[in-house]
Amino acid sequence: MINLMLLLFLVIIAIAAIQAKDILNSIMYLGAYSLFIALVWTELNAVDVAFTEAAVGAGVSGVFMIGALTRMNRFESSRERTGLAKYGPLFIVMVTAAMLFYATVDMPDYNNPEAPIHNHVAPYYIQNSESDTGSVNIVTSILASYRGFDTLGETSVVFTAAISVILLLRRRDKNER
Amino acid sequence: MKDDVILRTVARCMVPFILLFAFYVQAHGEISPGGGFQAGVIFASAFILIALAVGKEKAREKFKKKISDITCSLGLMIYAGIGFITVLCGGLFLEYGKLPFGSAQAGNHLGMIGIELGVGLAVASVMVTIFFEIARKDDD
Repeated sequence: MINLMLLLFLVIIAIAAIQAKDILNSIMYLGAYSLFIALVWTELNAVDVAFTEAAVGAGVSGVFMIGALTRMNRFESSRERTGLAKYGPLFIVMVTAAMLFYATVDMPDYNNPEAPIHNHVAPYYIQNSESDTGSVNIVTSILASYRGFDTLGETSVVFTAAISVILLLRRRDKNER
Repeated sequence: MKDDVILRTVARCMVPFILLFAFYVQAHGEISPGGGFQAGVIFASAFILIALAVGKEKAREKFKKKISDITCSLGLMIYAGIGFITVLCGGLFLEYGKLPFGSAQAGNHLGMIGIELGVGLAVASVMVTIFFEIARKDDD
């Protein structure tokens, strides 16, 4: 029941975020969206993901988007679209949604212990992660030890983001000097 | 916004607790939800709150451009450096068990704490850098 309510809220907030003409409103809707999807992750027992979503999605990214908004126009342009420009994206979204719904039919049921994902590597991690890595938290042992390369790549991505922002936005300082 | 008394007072009360929570998440990443990434973001959000309350220039003096640029790359270097240390100690890349702390168990433990520290440092300083660079309006 609570899952259904949360998912309904998510859909409502997503539509509201798209429909808002004031981009500041859209940013606030996106923050609320992140908070609700964090609740969904908690409901699915993925507490680490929920924690990240709450900290990054609902916290910092809103600040970044408001910061970016100070450099651009606050309101969406009121130019009306017609013909293909108006209905083309709708058509693409409809086709994608139809394909996704078709794909969900093949997916295993929620909480089904026979699902392939629960029978492949997950049992190994659950049984051996503590003796292999000495870490009580399975998520941390996977992130830092079994998939250490992935996390190193993730950290490099974060670092690359900083380099890109510095290169793009600090250029004016050099001209002044 | 920096003349707002309420904002400044609330920020002054909240920032120590947010920082404490960030360190808690960082230190307990191994036994509870959380870890370097989340701790870095929370740390950066505390800093952004300071910047909103006292003004960007004053906050930038606390965490200078030069220092944050260095800590950005230092975080990544800690991570990759631990990987190379394990190679030097005769293991594979990022095989923490080979770290010279006695047993493989202790090596795993301390190695994971080390890379989480690297991730936290990198994420925190990157978030702070991006915030200061985006929020700078004086060059418009």
